[in-house]
Amino acid sequence: MSMFQIFNVAGSAVSAQSQRLNVVASNLANADTVAGPDGQAYKARQVVFQTALMGAGNDSGNAGVRVTNITEDSTPGRRVHDPKHPQADAEGYVTYSNVNPVEEMVNMISASRSYQNNIEVMSTAKSLLLKTLQLGQS
Amino acid sequence: MLNRLTDALNFQTQALTLRAERQRLLASNIANADTPGYQARDINFAKALREATGEIATNGALQTTQRGHIAPAAGARGESGKDYALQSQTSLDSNGVDMDRERASFADNSVKYEATLRFINGSVRTALDAMKSHNQG
Repeated sequence: MSMFQIFNVAGSAVSAQSQRLNVVASNLANADTVAGPDGQAYKARQVVFQTALMGAGNDSGNAGVRVTNITEDSTPGRRVHDPKHPQADAEGYVTYSNVNPVEEMVNMISASRSYQNNIEVMSTAKSLLLKTLQLGQS
Repeated sequence: MLNRLTDALNFQTQALTLRAERQRLLASNIANADTPGYQARDINFAKALREATGEIATNGALQTTQRGHIAPAAGARGESGKDYALQSQTSLDSNGVDMDRERASFADNSVKYEATLRFINGSVRTALDAMKSHNQG
């Protein structure tokens, strides 16, 4: 029964999107993190999606999503001149994380919209399957 | 005699199976809306139904040309039936999912799936009514 595969496909997308949302949350939470004693500030993280084929033969159209890896943004962190700051270096600069809050907010909205879309797909598939179960009963 | 009753049902069953398959494809497209490099796919329903009911030959289907060849199952479909959708707007990550189109197709396909269910229900009810005697129910 091929309709049941919809739950696998949409479910994998929902879990991938929620992982993306998790990463966005951790980026936003660390937007103002200052470099620690090792001089390394928090680096923004991004998830990488990939199509995951599910099923074979006649069911080969099933294409779910999986997160292959989480990459770290390598751009240098924001440096602010603040000699009074306890974490300031010898020249009086403080290194903050390289998170761009605007980018993260856009990412968050995109992730939540995709999440909603997939939930809608699942509820439509569920109602269609329930109606199929009542086939022949009047 | 029983053939006549089931022939109408057979056609609707093929249609329902194809609708379910299309629903699955569209769900895959929506799931991969953010995957880089993914190309949206769809099936041409009218053509697929003609192939499934044997009205036209399936593209790339196996032929039985000699005795001893096993005939493929009726309505067996392979990769050939699925087409890649054209991109309406190109994107930097070469993702080919147009969410507006996919959602519209998804809604359209759900309504038509339900319509097919009602056709089947109607045929079943007609057959049941025909089997009843005049003083029953």
